[in-house]
Amino acid sequence: MALKIVKGSIDRMFDKNLQDLVRGIRNHKEDEAKYISTCIDEIKQELKQDNIAVKANAVCKLTYLQMLGYDVSWAAFNIVEVMSSSKFTYKRIGYLAASQCFHESTDVIMLTTNQIRKDLSSPNQYDTGVALTGLSCFVTPDLARDLANDIMTLMSHTKPYIRKKAVLIMYKVFLKYPESLRPAFPRLKEKLEDPDPGVQSAAVNVICELARRNPKNYLSLAPLFFKLMTSSTNNWVLIKIIKLFGALTPLEPRLGKKLIEPLTNLIHSTSAMSLLYECVNTVIAVLISLSSGMPNHSASIQLCVQKLRILIEDSDQNLKYLGLLAMSKILKTHPKSVQSHKDLILQCLDDKDESIRLRALDLLYGMVSKKNLMEIVKKLMLHVDKAEGTTYRDELLTKIIDICSQSNYQYITNFEWYISILVELTRLEGTRHGHLIASQMLDVAIRVKAIRVFAVAQMATLLDNAHMLTGNTQRNGICEVLYAAAWICGEFSEHLENPMETLEAMLRPKSQEGNTDSTTAQEASQLMIDRLPLFVQSANLEVQERASCILQLVKYIQKLQQKDVEVSEEVCALFAGELNPVAPKAQKKVPIPDGLDLDAWINEPPSEKVDEKELARRREARKQEQANNPFYIKASPSSQKVYQETPGVEHIPVVQIDLSVPLKVPGLPMSDQYVKLEEERRQKERAEKKKKDKKKRKEKRSGRGKKHDSGPESEEDITPAHMVDIVTEEMPENALPSDDDERDPADPHKALDIDLDKPLADSEKLPVRSHRAAEVLKSPAEDEEGENVSSLEPKKKSSKEKREKKKDKDKDRKKSKEEKKKKKHKHEEKEEADLLCGQADEPAFQSEETNEVVTPPTSTSADVSDLDFWLSNAPVPSNTQEAATVAAAEAAPAPGAISVTTPDSEPEEPKDTEMEETKSSKHKKKKQKREKEDKEKKKKKKHHHHHHHHGDKGGEESVQNGTVEEEEPLPPMSNYCLLAENSYIKVAYDIQGNLQDGSQVVVSVIFENKCDSFLKSMEFNVLDSLNSKLQRPEGSGPHDSLTIPFQLPPGVSNEARFVFTVQSIIMPQKLKGTLTFIVKNEESSTHEKLDFKLHFTCTSYLITTPCYSDAFAKLLESGDLKSSSIRLEGVNMPFHHLLARICFHHHFSVVERIDSCASMYSRSIQGHHVCLLVKISSQTVSVDAKCDEPTLLGNVLDEIKQTFSQC
Amino acid sequence: MIKAILIFNNHGKPRLSKFYEHFNEDIEQQIIRETFHLVSKRDENVCNFLEGGMLIGGSDYKLIYRHYATLYFVFCVDSSESELGILDLIQVNSQVFVETLDKCFENVCELDLIFHVDKVHHILAEMVMGGMVLETNMNEIITQVDLQNKMEKSEAGIAGAPARAVSAVKNMNLPEMPRNINIGDISIKVPNLPSFK
Repeated sequence: MALKIVKGSIDRMFDKNLQDLVRGIRNHKEDEAKYISTCIDEIKQELKQDNIAVKANAVCKLTYLQMLGYDVSWAAFNIVEVMSSSKFTYKRIGYLAASQCFHESTDVIMLTTNQIRKDLSSPNQYDTGVALTGLSCFVTPDLARDLANDIMTLMSHTKPYIRKKAVLIMYKVFLKYPESLRPAFPRLKEKLEDPDPGVQSAAVNVICELARRNPKNYLSLAPLFFKLMTSSTNNWVLIKIIKLFGALTPLEPRLGKKLIEPLTNLIHSTSAMSLLYECVNTVIAVLISLSSGMPNHSASIQLCVQKLRILIEDSDQNLKYLGLLAMSKILKTHPKSVQSHKDLILQCLDDKDESIRLRALDLLYGMVSKKNLMEIVKKLMLHVDKAEGTTYRDELLTKIIDICSQSNYQYITNFEWYISILVELTRLEGTRHGHLIASQMLDVAIRVKAIRVFAVAQMATLLDNAHMLTGNTQRNGICEVLYAAAWICGEFSEHLENPMETLEAMLRPKSQEGNTDSTTAQEASQLMIDRLPLFVQSANLEVQERASCILQLVKYIQKLQQKDVEVSEEVCALFAGELNPVAPKAQKKVPIPDGLDLDAWINEPPSEKVDEKELARRREARKQEQANNPFYIKASPSSQKVYQETPGVEHIPVVQIDLSVPLKVPGLPMSDQYVKLEEERRQKERAEKKKKDKKKRKEKRSGRGKKHDSGPESEEDITPAHMVDIVTEEMPENALPSDDDERDPADPHKALDIDLDKPLADSEKLPVRSHRAAEVLKSPAEDEEGENVSSLEPKKKSSKEKREKKKDKDKDRKKSKEEKKKKKHKHEEKEEADLLCGQADEPAFQSEETNEVVTPPTSTSADVSDLDFWLSNAPVPSNTQEAATVAAAEAAPAPGAISVTTPDSEPEEPKDTEMEETKSSKHKKKKQKREKEDKEKKKKKKHHHHHHHHGDKGGEESVQNGTVEEEEPLPPMSNYCLLAENSYIKVAYDIQGNLQDGSQVVVSVIFENKCDSFLKSMEFNVLDSLNSKLQRPEGSGPHDSLTIPFQLPPGVSNEARFVFTVQSIIMPQKLKGTLTFIVKNEESSTHEKLDFKLHFTCTSYLITTPCYSDAFAKLLESGDLKSSSIRLEGVNMPFHHLLARICFHHHFSVVERIDSCASMYSRSIQGHHVCLLVKISSQTVSVDAKCDEPTLLGNVLDEIKQTFSQC
Repeated sequence: MIKAILIFNNHGKPRLSKFYEHFNEDIEQQIIRETFHLVSKRDENVCNFLEGGMLIGGSDYKLIYRHYATLYFVFCVDSSESELGILDLIQVNSQVFVETLDKCFENVCELDLIFHVDKVHHILAEMVMGGMVLETNMNEIITQVDLQNKMEKSEAGIAGAPARAVSAVKNMNLPEMPRNINIGDISIKVPNLPSFK
C-alpha cells in the first residue's frame, strides 16, 4: 500500500503542474493554440486516473486554461470529484475550479448538494469557508433551497470567520430563493450587532444590498443603523450605512432631518476622503428628500457645495471626478447653489481627462437658463471644433442637443438660432449622430409653427449644398440630415422661395433619399418626367416605389391638362392635411377595446365550405361592425384631418414673427450672429418694457401678468423672440396614464420585495431535512421547548417530534370538542339554565383557541412604533409644532393595533359542532368586535385627517398603526450613563447582553475628550471579580490592561467595546476599574488616571426578545415561574411613555396592551424568562412580574423602581 | 456589488479574471479585451473611474482601476460600492498580494502572479466573496491566508516531498530571471528546461 502511494507520487512528479503549463505556454508563443491542445489531451488522460492528486493537478491547470478562454465545462464531473476530496488542498482546488466555471445550467451541480452540506458542517473551519466561497459563485435556486437552513445555522457559528462568510452568502441565497428571506431575516438582523467587526460589516453589506433594491421594507431598521453609524469606527461599514441612509431618506423625510446633524459632524471630523464623499452624497439625498427647501438647511447645502468645490479643485483627478458627480446630484434640486460655481465647471471642460470633461458636461445640462443658453452653447461649439476624438465630439454634440431641447425647448428663446446651430452641427465630420440632428430638425420644424418659414429656407440651402455633405463617404452619418431637410422642404413647400431650384437640388442623383412628395404640381411636372425615370431604377426599393408613383401621377395630370381638364384643385387636395407628431409611447398606450380578443379567430377556422349567401351575409355584418368601430380606419374620408382644409398649411394660424431679426440670412448662417442679435433684441425689449411699465404704472392696467419691475434681468423677463406654439405630441384617446413599464420583469430583486415586518407564519420555515436539527426561529418559549426535547433525547431533536406534539395538541382539542359534543347532548336534554354553565367554560376554551391560531404582530408593530418613536425624537430645528403633531400622530403605540387585530382573525376550525353553545358568547364577541372596528374606523378617519394636514409625511406604516391617541411625543432617552468624568475626559457606558453566548456581555464605552489637548495611549483596566471577568487577548495576564485602539483629538469622542464574561447573572455587580491616558499638548505631556465603577445591573443581562402572546400565555400557564410584584406611586407620565421607558431602559418588549394594562416580556442571556404585567390607575403603577429565577426578578424590579424614582 | 475583478498586464494578457456573474468563456475574453482597450489608452494621471464598456456596462456600473508597474487591477462595480472605498481596496488588494506572495518569493513581480494564479485566487477569496467585500483588514486577510497555506503544507507531508523536490529542480534555473525588473513579460525569456520525460 505504502509502496503504491510512493509510486503514485513519483509518477505524479513527472506530470506537468500549473507552473510547468504556464512556462510551456510562454515558451510556445508561436503555436500557443497547438501546445494548449496537446496539454488538454494530457489533462484528459490525467483525469482518467484514480489518483486524486493527479486529478486535482489537472483541474488546477484547467482553471488556468479557463482564464485564457478555453471551455472546460466537459470536466465538470471531475471538478466535483476533486471538490469531494477529504484533503483541504484538493478541495480548495476543486471549489476554485467550480466557482470559475459552474453556473446555473451546469447539470452536475445537482450532485454537489450533499457534498457541500457535508463541508459546511465540517469541523475544519477552512473546509467550511472554502465551500461557502465556492457556493457564493455558483449557487442555484435548488442549492439555495436545500442549503438555506444549513447556512443559517452557520450564521451563529462560534468562529467569526465562518459567521461572516455565512452572513454574506445569505444575500446570494435570498436572490435565488426569495422565500428564505423572511425566516432568515431576524438572525441576519441580530448579526448587525455581532461583536466581531467583520461579521458586522458583512451583515451591513447584505442588508444594504437588499435595502438598495427595496428600501421601504427596511425603514424599520433605521434606528439600528443610526446607532451603528454613531458608534462604528470602521470606515467601510460607515460608508455602507451612509449609502443605505441615502436610499432610505427619500421614503421618510423625518429620517433625513435626524441624519443631517451627525452627517455634518462626520463631514467636519473625518479625514477619510471616501467617507467624506459618501457623507456629502447622503446629505445631498437628504436635502433632496426635504425639497421643501427649509431655510436652515441652506447651511448644509452650502457646506456640501463648498466641500465639493474643494474636491473639484483638488489636484487628484479622482476627487475632481467624484466632486463633479456629486455636484450633478445637487443640481437637480438646488440649481442655484451650483450655478454660482459655473466658472469652475467651465474650467473643468478644458481638463485633459475625458471622464472629467464628460462629468462637467453633465453639469452644464442643469445650469443653463434662458439667459445663458446661447453663451454656453457657443462655448460648447468652440469645444466641438477643438475636440480631437470623435467619441468626445459626438458626446458634445448630443449634449448640445440635450441642453437645448430639455424640457420641451424651455430655454430656447430664439428658434432661428437653434436651427442655425443644428445646421452648423451638420458640418461636423464623421459624426454618428446625423440621425439625432435630423430628428431635432424635424421636431422643431413640425412643432414650432412660427419657425417653418425660416427652417424651410435653411433646409433648402442645405439641400443646395448637399454635395458638401455627401461628397465624402466618411460623412455618411450626416446624410440622414438630408432626409430631414428634404422632408421639411416637401411638407412645408408653400414656404419655399424657389421651388424649382430646390426640386432640382433634391433630384440631383447623389442625394440618397428621394423623398419627393412635394406639392409642387404643374410647373414641376415636366422636370419630374425628365428626372424621375432615373429614380425608378434606383436600387432602393422605397425610392423606386415612390418615384414610380409620382411619375405615374404626374404623367396622368399632364394628360388631363392637355385635355384642358381643371385638376389643380384635386391635386392640391392630394397633398393636404397635416401630420402631427405622435408621442413615442402612443402606440403602446392604445387601450385594447372592450370585447377585442386578439387570440380569437378572426375568421372561422376553415373547416367547411361557405356558400355564397353566407359569405355575403358575413361581409355585410363585417361592414356594419366596421362602421360602428371607431378604431377601424375607414376608406371613406371621414376623419377630420384629411381634406379638412383645402390648401392645407396656410390655414394654420401662424403667429406673426417678431421682425427684429432679419428673416433672410444669406448662405449658411453663423449662429454667433444670433447671439449678438439676441442681445440687442433683449436690450430693446427691456427698454420697451420699461416704457410699458411706466405706462402701466400710469394707467394702472394689469398687464400680461408681468409683475416684475425692471431691475436685474430675471428668467421670466426674457421673452422668447417667437411666440412659440409648441405642438404637443399626440396620444391616442383613452390612453392609459400609467408609466409602469420601467421595472424590468426579469429583475431578480423584484422577488425580494418582501415585507419583513410581518410576523413569521408557521408555514414559513426553511426546508429542513427531517433527521437534522431544526433551527427555525420561533418565539422563545417554543424554542425552549425544542431545547428541552433535545436535552431529553440527546442530539436528535427533530421536526417530526414537533409535528407529533402538534398532533397531540390537535388530539387534545378534538377530545375537548368531543366532550363538548357530549355536553351538547346533555344540554339539549337539560333546560336553559345549564346553558349558562356551558357558557362559563366556553370563554376559557376560546381563549385557548385564539392563542393557538392568532399570532399577533408583536415584533412588527413594535418595530414600526419604535421607528416612529425614534423618528419623533428627531431634533427638528424648525416647524417644531408641525413635527410635534406629526409625531403625535405617528407615535401611536403598537399594542393598540394588536388588540384590534386579535379578534379579526377568526379561528379557522369549522365550528358547526359547537355552534349552538357558542352562539351567545359569539354574539358578545361580535359585538365587541364591531365596537372595536367602529372605534378603529373613527380613529382611522382622524388619522386621515392628519394626513391631509401634513402632506404625505409618515408613509405607509403609519396607516398600519391604526390607532391614534393624542399623546405628546416621548422625551429623548439614552441608555448611556456616566461612568466617570474629570477635567480631561468624560466616559459613558452601556451594557448589552450577547445572545450568542450566555456568559458574555458587551460594554460599550464612549470616551469624550473635553480638553484642548490630545489624549493618547489610553488603557482600560478592570479588577476582575470571581463572577465577572474582562476578556483579554490571549497571552495577556489576568491583570493586564487593554489598550484602547484610538487616540482622541480635542473635542472628539469615540466608542470602544469590551467583552466581559459573567457566570451568574442573577445579581447586580460592581467592578472597580481605572482608565489611564496621556494628555499631550504642545509643551508637555502628563500621565493621568481616572477611577471608575462599572455597574452591571441585572437589566443589562436582559435582551429585548419579541414574544407572541400565545407563547406568552403558555409560559404563564406553565407554572414554573415565581411571581413577585411592586407598586410605584406618583408616576406622572402617560402610559405609553411608561411602557416605552421600560422597553428602552430595561430591554423589554410589549406583548400585548389593552387600555391601561400591558404585558411585557424579556429574556436574559442565560434564557430566564421575565414576564411583566403593568397596570396603571391614577398615578399608581402596579407591576406584577413572573420569572423562573426569583433573585433575578427581585433585582430587575428594584431597578425598574429606581428608573421611575429618578423621574 | 462587484461584478468582476480583472488583472491583466500592459499587453492585455489576463493574469486573473474573476467574474461574479456568469458569462461564457468567449464573452469573458471579449470583456477582458474591451476593458483592456478602454483602460490602456488612458493617461497615467487621469482619474481612475471609467464609465461605459458595452459588455460590462449598464448605467449603474463603473470600472475602477489602478495601474501598478506592469499590471492593471480593474474592478467592475455597481453604484452600491463607494468609488474611493474600492480604490482603497485595490490598494489593500495589491498590497496583500505582494505581502503574501512575498513570503514565498522575494520581491513580487508580475511573474509570480503568472505562475501562481491559484494562490492569487485564494487570497482574493478572503477579500471578496460572491461579489461582496468580505474583509478589508489587511492583517486579517493575511492571517487567514497563511493559516490555510500552513494547512496545505501539513497535508502534503511526506507524500508531497518528492513533488516539491522535483519542482525545486525545475525551478533551479529561475533565479537567473531578472526578478527585480518590473517590465512586461515579453522581455523576459524563461530558459528552456530539459525535459524530464
